Amino acid sequence: MERILVGLKRAVDYNVRVRVRGDGSGVETDGVKMSINPFDEIALEEALRIRERGEAGEVVVLSIGPADAQQQLRTGLAMGADRAILVQSDTELDALDRARIFHAVARRETPDLVLLGKQAIDDDNSQTGQMLAAIWDRPQATFASKLVLGDGKASVTREVDAGLETIEVDLPAVVTVDLRLNEPRYVKLPDIMKAKKKPLDTIPVEDLGIESSPALEVTRYAPPDARKKGVMVGSVGELVEALKQKGLV
Amino acid sequence: MPKVLVIAEHDGEQLNPSTAKTVACAAAIDGADIDVAVFSAAGGAAVAQAAALSSVARVLDVQAPVNAHALAATLAPQIVELAGDADYVLGPSTTFGKDLMPRVAALLGVNQVSDIMTVEGERTFTRPIYAGNAIITVRAPEGHTVVGTVRTASWQEVASGGSAAVESVTPGAALPGHTRFVELQSGDSDRPDLQTASRVVSGGRALGSADNFSIIYALADKIGAGVGASRAAVDAGYVPNDMQVGQTGKIIAPDLYIAIGISGAIQHLTGIKDAGTIVAINKDEEAPIFEVADIGLVADLFTAVPELTDKL
Repeated sequence: MERILVGLKRAVDYNVRVRVRGDGSGVETDGVKMSINPFDEIALEEALRIRERGEAGEVVVLSIGPADAQQQLRTGLAMGADRAILVQSDTELDALDRARIFHAVARRETPDLVLLGKQAIDDDNSQTGQMLAAIWDRPQATFASKLVLGDGKASVTREVDAGLETIEVDLPAVVTVDLRLNEPRYVKLPDIMKAKKKPLDTIPVEDLGIESSPALEVTRYAPPDARKKGVMVGSVGELVEALKQKGLV
Repeated sequence: MPKVLVIAEHDGEQLNPSTAKTVACAAAIDGADIDVAVFSAAGGAAVAQAAALSSVARVLDVQAPVNAHALAATLAPQIVELAGDADYVLGPSTTFGKDLMPRVAALLGVNQVSDIMTVEGERTFTRPIYAGNAIITVRAPEGHTVVGTVRTASWQEVASGGSAAVESVTPGAALPGHTRFVELQSGDSDRPDLQTASRVVSGGRALGSADNFSIIYALADKIGAGVGASRAAVDAGYVPNDMQVGQTGKIIAPDLYIAIGISGAIQHLTGIKDAGTIVAINKDEEAPIFEVADIGLVADLFTAVPELTDKL
């Protein structure tokens, strides 16, 4: 295949414990470490392995977000992507907007395969890939843990509640990836230097002429309910007693 | 009276309990008139089971050979056709619904409200973000169908015993042939299903190996529990991914949850915070799991767990 397009979302690093602002206006993201959404990193790793096997010509990474998302795209280039596209938007976008933007880029780039993470760990929506597949009118294979390409098709094993489901899809297709697909590589210093010379195009979102979707309105942010403090027991015997008292065994 | 269309999940025969939980969410919408759509190749018990769910007005029995397997690409256009004048279209936030519902939402030109925890009013819901570190209240726009997935751990199944009308429906939507089911490999299923079990025992990285997980299975089997694992244990290859409990795995709400050798990373706690009683056994008294546990025991799991199995 000629080209794989990979989505890289800039998201709060997975090690950060996010807190709701005191005034309930949002979550505290000032000065917080930002990274590539970890599932998207797995998507990129898979694309790079496909290219390294000689099954794809080029890997293009796409991010939709503020100018700062260039950092995540540079990391993607350092991992090995050939070029990067930033669709710059300084406002928060809902998933359908992102899918429409992705679709506009897919029409320009005509990828044979689009790879994304199965969800972003900020909004936990798990929507963009499926929505892109719908409006692009192409197959989707979500939660992929194995991907085999050949003959204009992809065989994708999916992690579903009932076990492992395998489906076959015609290309081009949208595949969203799960944790166990691969383990992403570490970026080496020389690669970071090399990445600075790779092409990174910025497209203002207005230039794509996307119709914006009917927005979901967030009216309140609240911290989760805390669980009541529990008791510590000193032995297995006491534990069994406590469970009996609660009528649980 | 708002019309709600619920998309049933089933395995070709039995209705999945996630459907009764999705109906519970639908019933929380003021004055809801609830239809449940069952897509299948040959009906089966699922249709009758859906018709027996309380609060359901009508079951739409959509039989077609193409519906033998739940493929989002073929189901979504049929759902859009059925959605017609529906105000809400809801599915469960299981891998079935997570795969399918965004495709439906996009075809309807709307955003989806994922993982609905509560219904707060007309078109208004709460849902978790950032692994449950924040709960947002979201309002879907007027004049558009609301598409949502229902966080099953937040809802109790509606009772059975109703008798909704069953209507056979033949959708006319053109369906794509670009996506084909090949096979499903199920995990061994002698134990209760993790997602719906009333008791769950989970193991973490401290187990140290796949072999050592046998003490977790022994305890689970003694008390008739499902078995789960932390992401760390899954990452380490001790157990398969479908046992993972947490933000990116299964979100569960058993009456009793026993976490063994699990430190309690936030992404794991997200998956269990609706559990009735959380028991933690861990060697490290500083482990964050003890902050959420109802009963905690600081002990070496390799001696404490067999002893517990023995005493129960």
